[in-house]
Amino acid sequence: MKIGIASGKGGTGKTSVSCALAKALNIKNEKLNLLDCDVEEPNVHIFFDDKNVESEKYSVFVPAIDKEKCTLCLKCEDICQFNAILNIGDEISVFPEMCHSCKGCKIVCEDNAILDSSKELGEIKTFQKDNIKVIYGELRIGEPMAPPLIDAIQKRIDSEFLNIIDAPPGTSCPVISAVKNLDYVILVTEPTPFGLNDLILAVETIKILKIPFGIIINRSDIGDDRVLKYAKKENIEILMEIPDDRIIAENYSLGKTIVEARPEFIEKFYELYLNIKKRF
Amino acid sequence: MKNYKELLIISGKGGTGKTSLCASFAHLFEKKLIVDADVDAADMHLLLKPKKLKKTEFKSGSVAVIDKNKCIACGLCMEYCLFDAISEDFVVDPISCEGCKVCVEMCPEKAIDFELQVCGDWFISETRMGKMFHAKLGIAKENSGMLVSLLRKEAQKWAEENDLPLIITDGPPGIGCPVIASITGTDAILIITEPTKSGLHDMERVYKLAKSFNIPVMLCINKYDLNKDITSEIKSFAEKENIRFLGAIPYDRNVTKAMVKEKCVYEFDSNAPASKAIYEIWQKADTTIKSLKTKKILS
Repeated sequence: MKIGIASGKGGTGKTSVSCALAKALNIKNEKLNLLDCDVEEPNVHIFFDDKNVESEKYSVFVPAIDKEKCTLCLKCEDICQFNAILNIGDEISVFPEMCHSCKGCKIVCEDNAILDSSKELGEIKTFQKDNIKVIYGELRIGEPMAPPLIDAIQKRIDSEFLNIIDAPPGTSCPVISAVKNLDYVILVTEPTPFGLNDLILAVETIKILKIPFGIIINRSDIGDDRVLKYAKKENIEILMEIPDDRIIAENYSLGKTIVEARPEFIEKFYELYLNIKKRF
Repeated sequence: MKNYKELLIISGKGGTGKTSLCASFAHLFEKKLIVDADVDAADMHLLLKPKKLKKTEFKSGSVAVIDKNKCIACGLCMEYCLFDAISEDFVVDPISCEGCKVCVEMCPEKAIDFELQVCGDWFISETRMGKMFHAKLGIAKENSGMLVSLLRKEAQKWAEENDLPLIITDGPPGIGCPVIASITGTDAILIITEPTKSGLHDMERVYKLAKSFNIPVMLCINKYDLNKDITSEIKSFAEKENIRFLGAIPYDRNVTKAMVKEKCVYEFDSNAPASKAIYEIWQKADTTIKSLKTKKILS
């Protein structure tokens, strides 16, 4: 099974919920993969100590020009939709940071002047902690394109086990890459005007992808009741409410999850999992 | 010479208080305009209640559409598509389509159209704090970086024409495409972080990105009293890296109360602990920005 944790708004507690759920299930002897798809700012690994991290670089195709063979026909520049190939002076220049690795340039070049080169998008890191296998991506600083690295992390989903996927914030390409093809999505929100606004955007996104979902309201006693009203009106299931608790917040600041701060949440997260699991 | 400066507020990690700080800054600076560059989860409008003066469609990128009547099911498009966007029955999934045009080019029957997409809308609005440039990216649409660049360009034009000295930009979270589009060419960056291991980790990454652009970086801490050890660690980092540290804001429930009342915290209660801290941070930011030499516009 594949459960995604997403939110729209940043900082509502996606990573807290992902890690708390994983750690609660670990205590219950459930084998699982925990995949951190927030490759721009991955935080899951911060919640695990003493880890032996294996790391591999992840690279994708970018073109290089064989100047001897290039006849300056400009077919590559014409097909490139991303301004990654430009004719400057009497030379073809490649801008790797703009390239989307579609290989269009290579396909249309009739002179075999496009060579295979690569750019490093970032690294894929893994470690095992008891029953939990953590897989996370780290986008290279300065690289604008997160989705291909997220796709690469998503490909590590192992359907033999439970997979928990921590998504990046927002509603555009990186989130879509992280949650597409999942069985269920938990949207984490907070009961504030910002939380509600971004929750609605996230709900609309998940609906387009046709994935069943429910919500967790974090810091449930701050703000107002507009999130509750919205959920009721839209008939969205509220899976859990987590109070605004100084002990939880202090533990979080040190890289410890809700289940470490408040052990009574072990059972709550386990029940949440069983509740979702029985539907599939 | 351009006559305005751009201040960008970013954080790396989401939810550290970018928008709340930015709205208070917008209230405190006298002459400015405001840009909300978090185009896929924009929140500034919830505090500033903009009255839209002008709405424009944002068209960017195209997607492939297969004409069933012309398609002979040869399968070439599927073979060349590296994004798994074409189904067995030759329908393009617009969400997976990268808009690379390879299938359009390869189709022997010219059965694939390439349609420019409307990805959202952008607006020029009037608010009680001045003009605001903001956008709404369509649900599950792409090209947020392009939309950020467009908003900034329009705001720059407006600042130039109306002799406004400052553009304040509320940035997106992360370090990817829309963040890079927000940073490129800005005059100063203020990073707001929180004293948690995640906040520190994410701040270091976004700082490295900002540094690679050689743009002056300032730093402040939100909810500093949550963990005073990490607050000290962040301050030491700032000192070591020669980042101008502007101050620390205490955890204050007035920030959320203000948000519920659709106000920035400084408007809501200028004597609230968070408001006093923000005022000091603002004064230092103001001095720093005024001391910066105006960049020449590169043409």
